[in-house]
Formats: sequence, C-alpha cells, structure tokens
Amino acid sequence: MHSNKRLLSDMIFYVFVIAIGIVMIYPILWMIASSLKPATEIFNNAVSLWPSAFVWENYPSGWAGFGGIGFATYFRNSVMITSIVVVGTLLTGSIVAYGFARLEFKMKNILFACLMATIMLPIQITLIPQYIIFNEIGWVNTFYPLLLPGLMGGQPFFIFLLIQFIRGIPRELDEAAIVDGCSKLGIYWRIILPLLKPALVTVALFCFMWTWDDFLAPLIYLNDASLHTVTIALRNFMDTQGSTSWGPLLAMSSLSLLPQLLIFAFFQKHLVQGIATTGLK
Amino acid sequence: MTKTKKIPVSLTLASNRDKSDHLAGFLSISPWLIGFILLILGPMLASLYLSFTDYNLLSSPSWVGLANYRSLLTDARFLKSLEVTFTFVFVSVPLKLIFALALAMLFNTGRKGSSFFSAVYYIPSIIGGSVAIAVVWKQLFGRQGAVTQILSLLNITDANLIGNPDTALSVLILLVIWQFGSPMIIFLAGLRQIPIELYEAASVDGASKWRQFFNITLPMLTPVIFFNLVMQTIQGFMTFTQAYLITGGGPLDETLFYAVYLYETAFEYLRMGYASAMAWVLLIIIAVITLIFFLTSKYWVFYQSEGGR
Repeated sequence: MHSNKRLLSDMIFYVFVIAIGIVMIYPILWMIASSLKPATEIFNNAVSLWPSAFVWENYPSGWAGFGGIGFATYFRNSVMITSIVVVGTLLTGSIVAYGFARLEFKMKNILFACLMATIMLPIQITLIPQYIIFNEIGWVNTFYPLLLPGLMGGQPFFIFLLIQFIRGIPRELDEAAIVDGCSKLGIYWRIILPLLKPALVTVALFCFMWTWDDFLAPLIYLNDASLHTVTIALRNFMDTQGSTSWGPLLAMSSLSLLPQLLIFAFFQKHLVQGIATTGLK
Repeated sequence: MTKTKKIPVSLTLASNRDKSDHLAGFLSISPWLIGFILLILGPMLASLYLSFTDYNLLSSPSWVGLANYRSLLTDARFLKSLEVTFTFVFVSVPLKLIFALALAMLFNTGRKGSSFFSAVYYIPSIIGGSVAIAVVWKQLFGRQGAVTQILSLLNITDANLIGNPDTALSVLILLVIWQFGSPMIIFLAGLRQIPIELYEAASVDGASKWRQFFNITLPMLTPVIFFNLVMQTIQGFMTFTQAYLITGGGPLDETLFYAVYLYETAFEYLRMGYASAMAWVLLIIIAVITLIFFLTSKYWVFYQSEGGR
C-alpha cells in the first residue's frame, strides 16, 4: 500500500517535470527545427518540431548575410570583442580583487563601499554622459567603448565575487611566501592566481555569455555595418529581411546561441554552482 | 598596547612598509579606480548636471532648471512608461519567484534525475536575454506563430498576440517567467541549507506538510527570498532589450518600458537633458524600492545567526 502510494507520487512527479521541461526547451528546439524546415513549412507546419524534409540551405544562405556583408564578419567582431573583454576582466579584475582583499591603503572602506554601490547601479545613469564623452573623443563607431570596461576590472559584480574568493584563501600562504622573499606582485602571481582558478572560470563563463549577448552598447556605439556584432546583425536581419527569409534568420539565430549552449553543455556544473553560491544571474 | 612597546627602528620600518603597502594597494586597484572615476562617478555628476539642461549634442547645453523634471510630470508617454514598467515588475517578479520556489521544492525531494531536470530548466536563463530568443519569441507569438496556432485550435484568441494591445505585455511577462531557472537554483541551494532536524522534530510533533512549509521552510528561506526579490525587481526596472526588439514599445505604447522610452528620448530624439532627468528618476525609484525592501526586511527576513524566534 505504502509503496503504491510512493510509486504514484513518483509518476506524478516525472510526468509533471517532463511536461514543464518540454515547455522550457520547446522554443529552443523550435528554433533549431525551423531553421531546417523548407521555407513554406515555417508557417504552415509551425507547431511541429520535425521538418518534413531537412533543408540545410538556410545555413549557407544566412551565412552569406545581407547588404553585402556576411555573418563571418559579424562573428569575427563578436569573437574579438568578447575575447578581449573576458581576458581583460580576468587579469584586471583579479588584480583589483587582490588589492581589496589583501593590501592596505587609504580610504579602502569607502572605496569598497563605492564598488558595492555600483553593482546595483542602473546603467542608464551613466549611459548618456559616457556616450557624449566617447563621441567627443571620436570613439563612437569603434570597439573601444565596448572594450574599455573590460580593461578596468570588469563588472563590479565579478570583482566582488573574486574578492570573496580570495578572502577564503588562508593568509598563512601569503605570509610563508613573504618569509621566502616574495614580493606583493609575486604573491598575486604565484599564490593567489593559481588558487583563484575556480572563481576565474566562473567569471570567465558568465563574462563571456553576457558580453556575447550584449545588445545595448553595440547598438549605441557601432554605426558601420562592418563593425556590427552578431546581436546587432541579427536584429537588422530581422527588421529588413525577417518577413521574407525566416529560415536563414532562424539559422543564424541558432548559430548565435551555439557558444552559450556549448558552454552550458560542458560547464553546466560550474554554472549551476556559480549561481547557487553567488546569486549570479 | 603591543605597538607602544616596539622600538623606534621597527616603527619606522613598519611605517615604510605601510607606505609601500599603500602604494601597492592603490596600484593594484587603479584599473578599477580610474574606471570608477572616469566611467561612473564623472558621468553620474555629468548626468545630474545635464538633467537640468536642454541638450541635443549639436549645440551646447542650456540651463533650464527644473523644467525637465516638471515636464516629466505631465508627459503622458512618460507616465504610461511608469505604468507599464510597474505592472510588468509587480506581475512578473512574484510569478517568477513562485514558480522558482515551487519547482525548487519539487527538486529538493531528491528523486532521480532532479539535477538533470533542474539543469535543463536553467537553460532559458542563460539565453533568455539574447537577440536570437527575441527573434524566436516574435515568431512564436506573432501572426501565424506556433503558440498563436495552438491557441487558435482551442478557440482562445485572435491571430496575433504581439500585435494586440491587450496581450502584448503578457507575451513579455511570459518571457521573463520562462527564465525562472536561476532563482530556482538559488532557492534550491537555500533549501539544502535548512537543517533536516527541524523537519524531523516537527514530524514527531505531528505537524502537517503544510504547517512545516509555513513554519519551517518559508521562514528559513526568507534571506534567499529577500535576495531574489531585490535582484529581480531591480533587473525588472531596467528591462530593455527584449521589449525593444519584440514589441518596440508598441502597440499603442502598451509595452513602452521605462528603459525603452529613455533610449528613444536620448538616442532617437537626441533629447539628452530630458533623458538624463529620466535616468535620475529611475535611479531614485530603484533606490527607494531597495530601501523599502531593506527597511521592512527586519520584520519578515529571518537570519539564523541572530537566534530564532
């Protein structure tokens, strides 16, 4: 009797969880399936997740792009911006975090409070003056405004995360290194950085995904089509050709999500742990 | 006490070391400090100044005093954007968190496959903010879209959920709720922290599952609920990309989010002064709401370390 009840509750659990799971991934599967459907089927056979015939054509025709520029250019731009921001964030962010966690300097508490306050700051508050400044110095329509924050320690949240992690590393290790004649830079490079690896991986993953996805900054700063990122290109693709070429549009949309889905596939545990312990998005 | 006992030599040595430490400290945080001054603090002050001016990028800013703030009060589109954004936040955040909590409780029962399914549920949170998903959403809920077709089979609705002023906002709310995976994982981590002894003791006392939920689970989880509530609310007020891409603020301004109207004002109409005033109003709204959360937290957030009631 008891085990029957248990079996029933298990069954309800799995039916429920699978049903919601299908709803959760339906839009993603739909996108991929539709990118492989013949043009007429995207609307006539809209609900189905199985194309009547697999058409690969949407990929090369989407990759060829529009307005004379192919998606190779957009992907190259996105890869370039994202990789510089990620590497910059890891290097400068970890140095800044090391300073806050381990070194003493004047006004440290006030500056730390400033760092924490900026985590919650809506970007709209700095957006307009930043644009005006970058416009004045001729940086609009270049990658610099998008790269600069990544060279300034990166997002404050990442710095905070790294500070917390460094605080958990035993100070005895630093002290032992000082006795051995290690400089402050040496401690950072030889002791802190290697031990910081798990936190750096978490920061790298989230930083990659957020930068890759970023839409507002490229929208504001990049005018020339040859400088556009994948996100801006997709939006223009949708606005100009969307009504006629859904297939190629969805093919490029699928391709644009590939890096994130790959990261999820390979680093799933890391991501889940990252949010669970830090409350990252 | 120990300091006064030190001999002078070591004192000077120590202060020399302090100085070099100060320098090393400042050098190490200098990337952030320079960025903070040039990209955050400076622009914030500039934005405050601009909010009292009329400025279109072409001619220099002219001082107008409080005129921008005063016109906001009578700007029908601004008031509409407030209404839309508040509705969006007040509907989407509670629903998202209730979903997140309910499924976290379900997965916390430790059945086989729980970690696999919770990972799958997390996928939308990773990609939900992307342009690609905006493209998909626009198609799924648009004219002839898959969801629209399913609904019309059930005779529920007309042809176009995104084009209909009554339903457009719901489509965007649905997109946000779809991303309940990340608060769910935070809840799950919170649930695992609750000592199992509490439930055992309650069971011995004959407390029902419902009573256990309201008297143990919910109070123990309040710090996590608080965190999720603050983060999701702030994010909700700053929502831009998906509204801009999927509905463009329309139809009839029914999805004119605050951030969308601000963007239009600044970068389409080039009214930089007016948009700066909007940015400061947004900051104040977010600050006040966060403050309310923090001030009320002592009445409903239960921190274990303080000793329980």
